Amino acid sequence: MKVTYYPGCTLKTKAKNLEDAAVASMAALGVDFQELSRWNCCGAVHSLADDDLIHHVAPVRDLVRAMEQGSDKVVTLCSMCYNSLARANLIMRDDPVKRKTINDFMDEEKDYSGEVEVVHFLNFLRDEVGFDTIRAKVKYPLNGLKAAIYYGCTLARPRNVAIEPPGGTQLMTDFLEAIGATPIHFADAFTCCGSYQILANPENAVNVAAGILDCAAKAGAEALVLSCPLCEFNLAKKQGEMIQSGKISNNLPIFYFTQLLAAALGLGKEACRFDLNEKCSAEILKAKNLAVEAVAGIA
Amino acid sequence: MPINISDKTIKREFIDKVAYLSGQDIYKCFQCGTCGGACPMSGEMDVMPRRIVRMTQLGLEEAIAQTKTCWTCASCHSCTVNCPRGIDLARVMEAIRLLTLRKNENMVEPSKLPGETVKEMPQIAMVSCFRKLTS
Repeated sequence: MKVTYYPGCTLKTKAKNLEDAAVASMAALGVDFQELSRWNCCGAVHSLADDDLIHHVAPVRDLVRAMEQGSDKVVTLCSMCYNSLARANLIMRDDPVKRKTINDFMDEEKDYSGEVEVVHFLNFLRDEVGFDTIRAKVKYPLNGLKAAIYYGCTLARPRNVAIEPPGGTQLMTDFLEAIGATPIHFADAFTCCGSYQILANPENAVNVAAGILDCAAKAGAEALVLSCPLCEFNLAKKQGEMIQSGKISNNLPIFYFTQLLAAALGLGKEACRFDLNEKCSAEILKAKNLAVEAVAGIA
Repeated sequence: MPINISDKTIKREFIDKVAYLSGQDIYKCFQCGTCGGACPMSGEMDVMPRRIVRMTQLGLEEAIAQTKTCWTCASCHSCTVNCPRGIDLARVMEAIRLLTLRKNENMVEPSKLPGETVKEMPQIAMVSCFRKLTS
């Protein structure tokens, strides 16, 4: 099976653990996972003003690139990329007036009208790879790892791009069960982590993120699983600050779902990249004697 | 805080611009407050989203400009998916932001961010923040 994926900017720098684990897992599962040969930033957020079409041009160009190389589908790993590509795609598919304006503006490009399907990696795993296939290929099941399912905003809202029906967490539940982990459901699974406010109003964002971690811990989670590098930053990288200011009492290990997949498939350090997570992530795996090879040597 | 409402305070142009940019019928709002209840940032806001909509209906442009609500919004769309009247409130917030940003005002000054902050932030944090909070 061959598929095109769109990495996005953050996966090439701050979230290499999200990408490396996915690419290695796909190789282990026999999927030819090809990076889109040319791409640009997706714009990260969708423009919400009716007259603001210029900001849709960046994600649409990515979709044109995919169409040009003959891909009818582009898989994304980062939640924000997924959201902005999928929403721009819907405009091009469903809104003839905006589509014409955008196509006319990009007169050097081929006309585009939503031919490419934007798919999040979790949907791809379920629909194309199959959770049964994954279950059969799991070498080291993550037995006993109680992992909170966290979707955040961009996988779930708005409804027309949600990766599953509103309020549902079946996808991540089935995924975690396939790799042997224990899914933990908690009230803040869809609560925004504070997003870009971490830059503008960091105190506000940290307060919101701390509330999510506290809620997950109280629901019995020992770790939290997500798919967005900005959520990871707010929920993981800011934990030291939260503990210092008394907003949370203990660290909660945060993982990208792709890292847990790679670990369960028995892939090593170079694939799982737990060295790029906060220390507590490798520590909990060591304490539970899970993913032994992938965490060996991480201090 | 008492707000005076008179012919002089009602900015019809402001109401029209918010409606045009957001594509939303703000008069549908019946003040149930579901938006604020669903909003993860509401604890950090000085004025609840519900009141911002009411103030918009009344064209209170200057009173809205005194609040931090739309600058605290993280565009998470919780209000949008929960509104029983079907108003896409995230778009209303964006419209109110744009009416300031399009006067060439920045709420975050990219060039003044400390080097350490820029170094540690994921790119999507900066791109999304600048997209939402700068002109």
